[in-house]
Amino acid sequence: MKKTQRIDPLADLAPGSVCRIVSLELSGLLRRRILDLGIVPGTLIRCIRRGPSGDPTAYLVRETLIALRSEDAAQISVRTLLNGEECV
Amino acid sequence: MCAMTSPRSLSEVWSEAEVVRKSFPHSFSDQIVTDIYGNVEQITKQVLSKKESKRYIFDQRVDDVVTSKWFGYPLMLLLLVIVFWLTMTGANLPSRLLSSGLFAFQDQLTLWFQWIGAPAWVHGILVLGVYRTLAWVIAVMLPPMAIFFPLFTLLEDSGYLPRIAFNLDHIFKRSKACGKQSLTMCMGFGCNAAGVTSCRIIDSPRERLIAILTNNFVPCNGRFPTLIVISSIFIGGAFAAPYSGLVNALAITGLILLGIGATLLVSWLLSLTILKGEPSSLVLELPSYRRPQIGAVIYRSIIDRTLFVLRRAIIITAPAGALIWVLGNIHMGQESMIAYLAHYLNPFGQLFGLDGFIVMAFILGIAANEIVLPILLMSYLSTGYLQDFASLDALRTVLVSNGWTWLTAINVLLFTLFHWPCSTTLLTTNKETGSKKWVLLSFALPTLTGLTVCFLLTQGARFLGLV
Repeated sequence: MKKTQRIDPLADLAPGSVCRIVSLELSGLLRRRILDLGIVPGTLIRCIRRGPSGDPTAYLVRETLIALRSEDAAQISVRTLLNGEECV
Repeated sequence: MCAMTSPRSLSEVWSEAEVVRKSFPHSFSDQIVTDIYGNVEQITKQVLSKKESKRYIFDQRVDDVVTSKWFGYPLMLLLLVIVFWLTMTGANLPSRLLSSGLFAFQDQLTLWFQWIGAPAWVHGILVLGVYRTLAWVIAVMLPPMAIFFPLFTLLEDSGYLPRIAFNLDHIFKRSKACGKQSLTMCMGFGCNAAGVTSCRIIDSPRERLIAILTNNFVPCNGRFPTLIVISSIFIGGAFAAPYSGLVNALAITGLILLGIGATLLVSWLLSLTILKGEPSSLVLELPSYRRPQIGAVIYRSIIDRTLFVLRRAIIITAPAGALIWVLGNIHMGQESMIAYLAHYLNPFGQLFGLDGFIVMAFILGIAANEIVLPILLMSYLSTGYLQDFASLDALRTVLVSNGWTWLTAINVLLFTLFHWPCSTTLLTTNKETGSKKWVLLSFALPTLTGLTVCFLLTQGARFLGLV
């Protein structure tokens, strides 16, 4: 299985694609909330769907569906996995 | 290393540790959380076996419809309308039964008071004042709440509510507020006090305050009857029979949308001025859909919400009932205190296209919005105790003979939508924010909005010679 080495912001992920969290650039209360939900470096995350106006976006992490705004998701770096290396 | 040779104070060690910790800005705490989750993953892998569930696929199918571009919004509106319709039609009969039962008991109370030979004023304050007002509030308030809250809790329990926040978040984002505010507003439709309490679901303190301060901009169950009655007399009633119902429904929907618009505008203004600061964000969990647990729904809606709100309303309404009776029955010369105060307030009311009696009814109605219209009737008819109206036509006659025009009616509708929160809501705001300053602001915001809107409309209409 080959991995792409490119690092992208989570917000750029298209619905359906799976990726692995690389780092969180968030701060403060939001960072705490995100960490509490188990969105930590190394976690697999799948982009599920966008809201009716394109924002927020729902992600599947650890079998839980969590919606994030694009501004916040832009501060989470991920590495996209090709061929769905592992499924969430 | 050197700790053995030269003992150092704890604070020195502490500051050194701080320097080391700060040299890895986030990665240190990240590592801890990552390790914790790593451990958890390993443990669950060993002890948990799961089958591939169809549940996820079912959730996806439902979400495809519920959050879709085309069906998402109409579905929300439809559900809102259904909940209102069920609440209002369903509450009719129990309300009537309750009020006839409770008022029949009032006659019995009167007999007992006569039997023990209580003075008239004691009977007046306790029975015509406290009891009658309480009975009124319970009869008008309890059935709609006992229907609205379970319906709302049902939607909550099924997992649908977070989808509303998901759909509407982008609008709240523009007002620099949180999408979950849409849920606290929905709750506010049932009762603003419950709505204020529900603001606890919002994580950020700033966004929570915005939601608390603006909750009163959506009309609660206590104000809907006033809105519906006044609008069916003066707006729906202005059209011929087949259209009047439709026009009335449109008018009410328009008022609700106006309230929602005002919520967004005021939220935005607050974010620009006194509640600036941390940028807003949203972390919203979208749980799996599931069959609501009936027991939990009934417990949460009846015990936690309905009885909670009712208890607070009763605590406040009882003394208010006594006060209203006293004001309606102590005479200064020819008129009661209410009439006297109303004449005093009249010039002020006229500025905003209202009159002194209306202003007085709203002021006394701070106890509970349900009693605004009964107080108004009581003062127009100078009966001394809360009045029911026999029919819409009878009410229309009373109002018109007291100088109401279409402009008065619209101003009353607007002022019902935009005025101070009821005392229960104020009390709850105090409890939730812990500060008199925010209570004052939650009082001032809708009041100033209402006064401004009514003033501009009235002066504009008079300037153009429409009235």
